[in-house]
Amino acid sequence: MQEVAVILVSSVLINNYVLVQFLGLCPFMGVSKKLESAIGMSAATTFVLTLTAMVSYVVNKAVLIPLELEYLRTISFIMVIAAVVQFTKMFIEKTSPLLYRVLGVFLPLITTNCAVLGVALQNAAKPLSFGHASLYGFGAGAGFSLVLILFSAMRERLAAADIPKPFEGAAIAMITAGLMSLAFMGFGGLV
Amino acid sequence: MLEFIFQNPIISALIALAGLGLIFGALLGFAAEKFKIEGDPVIDQIDSLLPQTQCGQCGFPGCRPYAESIAEGDAINKCPPGGQSTINAIANLLDVPAPELDQEHGEEADVKTVAYIREDECIGCTKCIQACPVDAILGAAKLMHTVIADECTGCDLCVEPCPVDCIDMLPVATGINQWQWPAPPTVNGLIATDRTHGSSSHGGAV
Repeated sequence: MQEVAVILVSSVLINNYVLVQFLGLCPFMGVSKKLESAIGMSAATTFVLTLTAMVSYVVNKAVLIPLELEYLRTISFIMVIAAVVQFTKMFIEKTSPLLYRVLGVFLPLITTNCAVLGVALQNAAKPLSFGHASLYGFGAGAGFSLVLILFSAMRERLAAADIPKPFEGAAIAMITAGLMSLAFMGFGGLV
Repeated sequence: MLEFIFQNPIISALIALAGLGLIFGALLGFAAEKFKIEGDPVIDQIDSLLPQTQCGQCGFPGCRPYAESIAEGDAINKCPPGGQSTINAIANLLDVPAPELDQEHGEEADVKTVAYIREDECIGCTKCIQACPVDAILGAAKLMHTVIADECTGCDLCVEPCPVDCIDMLPVATGINQWQWPAPPTVNGLIATDRTHGSSSHGGAV
């Protein structure tokens, strides 16, 4: 139980994939303009991350290591991610057509979200059990959701705020993201 | 055979990748069958936001054809009976910026109207009955016609065909059924969505 808590705290706060390891910054900037689409994107990415962590663990342990093909990790994990994202796309298109419309091109672009590949590769490099690997995946997704939702809430406020002309739009978003990242660095001393 | 595969890493790599690809392909193919989509549910949602006057002012035969066209990317500002509130609602649903009403298709009426036939002048030509998109006009050839007020959507389509100009568009009397609470007063603190939906013109001092 304590291990579970440590893994979650470590992947959500201390090693947050977006603000501490700087992975998956494209959806972080791209889908954070509206809170609603940010929540949808968070759910979709968490789903993909957890599923990818599970499937890539199985692929790594059952196929790549017995055949001594560790050098094929990157390409086979990309294949896993592409398949999982395609599945997620079908699933969302069926269950929530509006979310599908709102996410638009960012849904297939989860494939190129470096956080997803990052989690799969980092898990493969660590000696983890299946449960812990999927927990890492879920924790990474939860951390991504946390910062994406926080950031989009801030950007909604920023859109109506009185910002000096040269700082409007992307500039103030970058500054905000930088300050958030500084704040998350503070979690480094937590464990 | 197995020995041969293990001794040639290239072959085992090829087999492993091709095998993985085949497995994922099969799973996706199965999922594609399982999650097959029939029709586009977005059309229903757009259709429910349109006013259902079936007036054809948008250039389509009715509200549902227009909803289908919007789902394929047509402009959302072609509906004068719905007016700005309908445009805003559809823009919110589709997450696009709300444009102004396209004046080409007509102007938004200030008050809801209903057709009224001055019955002693009616010659019973049935032309207005054929024009009515919602079958709200009763009557027969050479007999007096009348409008079912509850069914009339106020689309004006029956006014033009009447040869004796006996149809008036009267404003609907405001009774207890139409009364609504007044809108809440606008607050100074704007939120971001106000800007993108264009419902308020005064933004922050820039």
